[in-house]
Amino acid sequence: MAIDAPARARRRPAGWANALFVLPYLIVFVAMIVVPLAMGMWLSTTKSDLFGVEAQVGFANFTRLARDPIFLETVWNTFYFVLLTVPALTLIGLGLALVLNRPARWASVLRTIFFVSTVLSVTVVTLVWQLVFTPDGGLIAVAAEALGGSPVAFLNDQDLAMPAIAVTTIWWCIGLPMVLFLAALQQVPRDLYEAARLDNASRWKTLTRITLPSIRRTFLLVVIIEIILQFQLFGQPQLMTRGGPNNATRPIVLFIYETGWRQWELGYAAAAAQVLFAMILIAAMAQYFVASRKDDR
Amino acid sequence: MRHACALRSVDDPLHVNYSDKNTNREDRLATVELTNISKCFGRTAVIDGLSMSLNPNEFMVFLGPSGCGKSTLLRMIAGLETVDSGEIRIGGRRVDHLPPGERGVAMVFQHYALYPHMTIRDNMAFGLRNVGVARDEIAARVAAAARSLEIEHLLERRPGQLSGGQRQRAAIARAIVKQPQVFLFDEPLSNLDASLRVRTRVELAGLHQRLGTTMIFVTHDQVEAMTLADRIVVLNDCRIEQVGTPMDIYLRPATSFVAGFVGSPRINLLPVRIEAAAEGLARATLPDGTLVQTAVPTAALPQGDTTVGLRAEHVRIASEGAAARGTARVVERLGERTLVHVELKGGAMLVAEDAGLSTVRAGDEVGLSIDGARAHLFDAAGRGHHAAG
Repeated sequence: MAIDAPARARRRPAGWANALFVLPYLIVFVAMIVVPLAMGMWLSTTKSDLFGVEAQVGFANFTRLARDPIFLETVWNTFYFVLLTVPALTLIGLGLALVLNRPARWASVLRTIFFVSTVLSVTVVTLVWQLVFTPDGGLIAVAAEALGGSPVAFLNDQDLAMPAIAVTTIWWCIGLPMVLFLAALQQVPRDLYEAARLDNASRWKTLTRITLPSIRRTFLLVVIIEIILQFQLFGQPQLMTRGGPNNATRPIVLFIYETGWRQWELGYAAAAAQVLFAMILIAAMAQYFVASRKDDR
Repeated sequence: MRHACALRSVDDPLHVNYSDKNTNREDRLATVELTNISKCFGRTAVIDGLSMSLNPNEFMVFLGPSGCGKSTLLRMIAGLETVDSGEIRIGGRRVDHLPPGERGVAMVFQHYALYPHMTIRDNMAFGLRNVGVARDEIAARVAAAARSLEIEHLLERRPGQLSGGQRQRAAIARAIVKQPQVFLFDEPLSNLDASLRVRTRVELAGLHQRLGTTMIFVTHDQVEAMTLADRIVVLNDCRIEQVGTPMDIYLRPATSFVAGFVGSPRINLLPVRIEAAAEGLARATLPDGTLVQTAVPTAALPQGDTTVGLRAEHVRIASEGAAARGTARVVERLGERTLVHVELKGGAMLVAEDAGLSTVRAGDEVGLSIDGARAHLFDAAGRGHHAAG
């Protein structure tokens, strides 16, 4: 139509102008995310070291991983660690947020205290917790001796080392879930609580029927963020146990690091990295789909 | 005062529930008494020694400007705000120390406050489940209230899927199913568009007639107050200015604030000189020298500055026998009538009324006839003085 033609002509340059606004981010996104991801995938199909690619090996690295007992143990260790930390971080973060979501001064002081551990570096955190866990005059050892017990070498015990690293991680990372939950709680309209009071709802009913359903999206967000973060466990075992004792605390990222940078098997390490990427993706997507299906009901 | 029993139709779907032994008709005819109520936020007094009482089945409207304390007062009755001193009694029972759920009140909030993750049915049933009402009884009450408010087809939807008007109905239905002794409405119409507001207002009046329950309604909209209320409480600056029927408030405003707040267009308030005239009635001289013979007895009028209050409908544009003359500055044509803002000699402004088909234009010289018998006088303290009778 005659009227449409000039309108379309006006719209077209505007479309390009819009794309220009996206371009800076797009360049960074492609250069920093898409290209490295593609390179990693390509590298995982090669036999290569730090000097270059020796040969294309197809999926040989992946079949080798499937038969590598150490790698399989690191997969289990990583899952075990995620199971230890993610529910605890989510529930403790939620609990702290519920307790500290009030305008009192003591609450704001405690909010700051609980968040402050998050800003520390992994080096400081692991140093502090090594001092807590060490059997030679460590905090727990001293307390145990005072109560008549004997000191336990947490970080040297095959069964206790991973829980000890999990405790360290929870202490270090609790600030983020707490702050996310606090932000969500403050978004819940106050008049919903007032309506609940007029509806004779007990505290428990108010929590389970009003508060938790109102912040379920944040709950999901926290779980996904924490799954992604905790699957990437590296610094704590590297500094506290070096993956020991007997590989009990060796996670996938440490395996990737050692394979790639100690043993110079870059292709094999890249394949392990792809497995980790797939695990995180599947876990996050599964969580997302389960929660969004519940949402639709 | 209206009597709902006589007006309620026999086939009222809510009628069945009144025979319930726990919520019999007598329980629902509750008085509300406030005695010496005070409330401070920090050092700021929001309500200061306020007392009033509501009759059973009365529709009371708290009217006042923003920040006058009307919502706080309502929330204190609901139990959502504590009372610093004084007593609140509902149906003779002291309730100011009871939690909100035990006061026998139901509230409709300004922003509806429907639980967003529950269906409308669950929203309505939530409060009943919490007090252990039997499942059949809940279903019956929800069905009756939904039928009454014509929201049966919305029961399985969530609030986010409803329009503003539908949400408002759902919020009212949630209050109805509780069969409270007193309904509390906190500016429930302020979020609705103009036409829906008028419709909902009429429905609320009908609802009050059907339910026959004491209702308290907070608003800053004088039209809502005038159309809905059995009695209006006009609040200003944490105090009661006047309690009275809508026509009392309009015809005999207790203070210049009430006169100015109620009525549209705003009442003309002009400083006047007063002299006693025949039969002891005050004669007021307007700033331009116009004499207005009022029907206000001078005996009750204290010395000092006095203000005359003239509603626009008592100041008419007149071509003959005009008491005063002035220049039309602004002409507002409202269809059925025309409001003319007239500048008197000396600069004082007066809003006058003319017929809908008025030929007056801005800039015209116009004559004014003033019905002095309907004039109000306000003394220096703002107290109103009116014609005897």
